[in-house]
Amino acid sequence: MDLHTLTLAQASRLLGEKKISSLELTRSFLDRIDTHDDAINSFLSVDKADALALAKAADQQIAAGKHTVFTGIPVAMKDLLCTRGMRTTCGSKMLDNFIPRYDATVVEKFKQAHGVIIGKTNMDEFAMGSSTENSAYFPTKNPWNTDYVPGGSSGGSAAAVAARFCCAALGSDTGGSIRQPASHCGVVGLKPTYGRVSRFGLVSYASSLDQIGPITRTVEDAAMVLNLIAGHDPKDSTSAPKDVPDFTDGLAAFDRDGLSGMTVGIPKEYLGMEGIDPDVLAVFENARRLVEDLGAATVEVSLPHTQYVVAAYYIIAPCEASSNLARFDGVKYGFRAEQPRDLMDMYKHTRSEGFGQEVQRRIIIGTYALSAGYYDAYYGKASQVRAMIMADFSKAFETCDILLAPVAPTPAFRIGEKTDDPLTMYLTDIFTLSANMAGVPGISVPGGFSAKGLPIGIQMMAGRFDELSLVRAGYGMEKSLGLDQLFPTL
Amino acid sequence: MEFEPVIGLEVHAQLKTETKIFCSCTTTFGNAPNANTCPVCTGMPGVLPVLNKKAVTFAIRAALATHCTIAEESRFDRKNYFYPDLPKGYQISQYAAPIAEHGHLDIATDRTGEKTIGITRIHMEEDAGKLIHDPARGKSLVDLNRTGVPLIEIVSEPDIRTPAEAGAYLRKLHAILKYIDVCDGNMEEGSFRCDANISLRPAGQQAFGTRTELKNLNSFRHVENAIQYEIERQTHVLEQGDAVIQETRLWDPAKNKTMSMRGKEQAHDYRYFPDPDLVPLIVDQHWIQQVADQMPELPEAKKARFISRYQLSDYDAGILTADIHLADFFEAAVADLSNVKQAANWITTTLLGLLNARGLDITRSPVSANDFAALMGLLESQKITAAVAKTVFEEMAQTGADPGTIVQQKGLEQVSDSLALQTLVDAVLVENPDEVAAFRSGKTKLFSFFMGQIMKKTRGKADPKTLTPILQSRLHQEK
Ligand SMILES: [Zn+2]
Repeated sequence: MDLHTLTLAQASRLLGEKKISSLELTRSFLDRIDTHDDAINSFLSVDKADALALAKAADQQIAAGKHTVFTGIPVAMKDLLCTRGMRTTCGSKMLDNFIPRYDATVVEKFKQAHGVIIGKTNMDEFAMGSSTENSAYFPTKNPWNTDYVPGGSSGGSAAAVAARFCCAALGSDTGGSIRQPASHCGVVGLKPTYGRVSRFGLVSYASSLDQIGPITRTVEDAAMVLNLIAGHDPKDSTSAPKDVPDFTDGLAAFDRDGLSGMTVGIPKEYLGMEGIDPDVLAVFENARRLVEDLGAATVEVSLPHTQYVVAAYYIIAPCEASSNLARFDGVKYGFRAEQPRDLMDMYKHTRSEGFGQEVQRRIIIGTYALSAGYYDAYYGKASQVRAMIMADFSKAFETCDILLAPVAPTPAFRIGEKTDDPLTMYLTDIFTLSANMAGVPGISVPGGFSAKGLPIGIQMMAGRFDELSLVRAGYGMEKSLGLDQLFPTL
Repeated sequence: MEFEPVIGLEVHAQLKTETKIFCSCTTTFGNAPNANTCPVCTGMPGVLPVLNKKAVTFAIRAALATHCTIAEESRFDRKNYFYPDLPKGYQISQYAAPIAEHGHLDIATDRTGEKTIGITRIHMEEDAGKLIHDPARGKSLVDLNRTGVPLIEIVSEPDIRTPAEAGAYLRKLHAILKYIDVCDGNMEEGSFRCDANISLRPAGQQAFGTRTELKNLNSFRHVENAIQYEIERQTHVLEQGDAVIQETRLWDPAKNKTMSMRGKEQAHDYRYFPDPDLVPLIVDQHWIQQVADQMPELPEAKKARFISRYQLSDYDAGILTADIHLADFFEAAVADLSNVKQAANWITTTLLGLLNARGLDITRSPVSANDFAALMGLLESQKITAAVAKTVFEEMAQTGADPGTIVQQKGLEQVSDSLALQTLVDAVLVENPDEVAAFRSGKTKLFSFFMGQIMKKTRGKADPKTLTPILQSRLHQEK
């Protein structure tokens, strides 16, 4: 049996039935990483000995009759999730030597469930980017075609899942950083509602937009991971004290009713937009027909402030980032410039040498936009726009259950193609930013392929805390398209 | 030209919660550097602040005690600047939406009488850490124990006009915060800190003049002196026809003057914006009511109660209630005494005299309330005379021994045995024949001389009530 081909759900079942061991499963992934990750570069660190020890411990749990869904399941963590005793770089030179003394709440949940943390995945530095080219270490490559980017910023996690290096991975999504790489890599990416998952231990990029979520091979796997990581955390004031349903109920709902009774909204502003790749449009049109075939009604809805989303996002996120990243000053931990003349000199050199170009760009934008005399025109105005975007979504969800949209205007682009053009790069986030600005959940499921054979995802968004609808519709689409059976050949 | 000073005060008071405002580290003062720290208050990557409810309760208490309106919804902002004692690169503070506004304090001064000083706002924030400079090694060391200790900043309206009013306002505010038990008020350790804003304007003019901000005011006296100096300095500047420069000035108590901080501190742009890691702070009526129900007695109420319950003068009651700990000392001491007035007098004169002389506050009194009460008890039951009591008190202050032991060991019980006193009187009369003769020839003022001689022999133990008739009859006898 090729263990790496198993989905999380399948592997979990086989582990529970003691048909496979976590040690075998973990070894098969480690071997695969050994053989193939040089070509993909999805991992920043893999701790084999640790992973094998965890796998052994998990097998003992199972032998003792203490099997849970995640016992012995190898998972990968985006390298901005703090892992106790394990280097956490955020893809930055700044934290090259940083070893946290604490686990992120999501990491702790995996550890408590006796999951196996197999490694830390590559990412755009401090989650700023859409291609994983902004990693201070190396760019990650798209497993479907290594000349292409995997998307970003959770490109390492998406590539690792697509390349079958782990059962599942966690990413973080501030403006599309889970959904867009999932789309580019042909896997499932779910950004939960803001507040659904604790952010404790996630190194913040933009606190009011960041959310941790699963990147998996199937919608079922995503629902299972969400079951584990969702819920209020007293260590995160912004995590919602909300009941957590069993998200796999969405699968049962589809199996029972299809999508009948569901209304799917098509945002008219999205499709009139210029620059959408015809392959992306074709995949989207196919998906629209599909949901209708599955019993859903489609209705045109309006998100009138869509044209301001990119501008508002690229004010708010950099403003928060400029403050969130102030702690990287060379005083307490991480990189410190050598031989500074004085305090100011140490700050300047530490931050100029420790941060990459894109991070510095966003810090400067945010610092400027928060400055006296500019605050009202930039941060103030962007916050107003954000409130309007939220209102747009609330209104849209009065007439529909989910929104159907592309994930990105184009399939994955070539490595290096857009690195000198940050503005064009920012514009590729147009379809994913809104969900973060409105705080609503969004999912990307594989929807088809481009003429060049690159995956193209389909995005669905739902009202706040209605991830169940996304699981139901996403599972329906996956089941009908059968794309989860396709693998990239490495 | 006549100038009117316009003064506003900003007070930073550390709240005496057991743990910090956004993490569960202890706030204990004096621990080894960086012992009271965790990933949250040292600004490690990925950690998040969680608001300490107790700090909010204390802030509400302070707001109620200063007659503020409490905001149903307030918010925390980030004040961004780089400094090594600020591990996150920003301080979490309430800038745009503070927890309380529109309060006031009533003060009284000798010259201007009663006056109401407005309180603009009270907001919550976290304290920064401390830098320890080591010039010998050319290093600066960072101690983050204080980082994240909860503070409230209490900002007054510019209603203050004189140094005395500033002093009265601060003393009142200080007393109240100690009364309601939210701040220990220790100015040396920095748990109660004050900055003063001061400007002058021509008498009768409405618009404010240019202000300076005074820092490093570590005692009430410093505040008053610094303001007095600054009024004179600014008056001089304006009279010369020059303009006051808006700047921060440091009070130098040794030189008795304020010095410009120019060059050291540039105009900061703090880039305040709402902290996205925290949710709005909602304080509902229920919470406010709970705090109000548990509000300790405030100074004015206590003073009124002292006057009516103990029949104290307004003046004595004022002194005894100025400090909660002194008021507590008094009430503990007089619990079992019948002559409360006598005890009050002893506290306001003898005890406070001793404390002032030694530069101590009542919490560090060498004489405990218990021992003090025992001393007053000996006095009330006439076991010792007032003169002996003074000696015993001094002994208590010196050695910390209890009054009963001192009296016993030194044999200071009052001598009221009339036979013994008669023998003593006779001896004194024999020893001083000239004075006896002078007395008998009409110099009756010498009576106190004989009293003094007998007291000297008895070391003050003679009971004046028994002694006086004996001495009188002996002197007038053998005429
Ligand atoms: Zn702490």
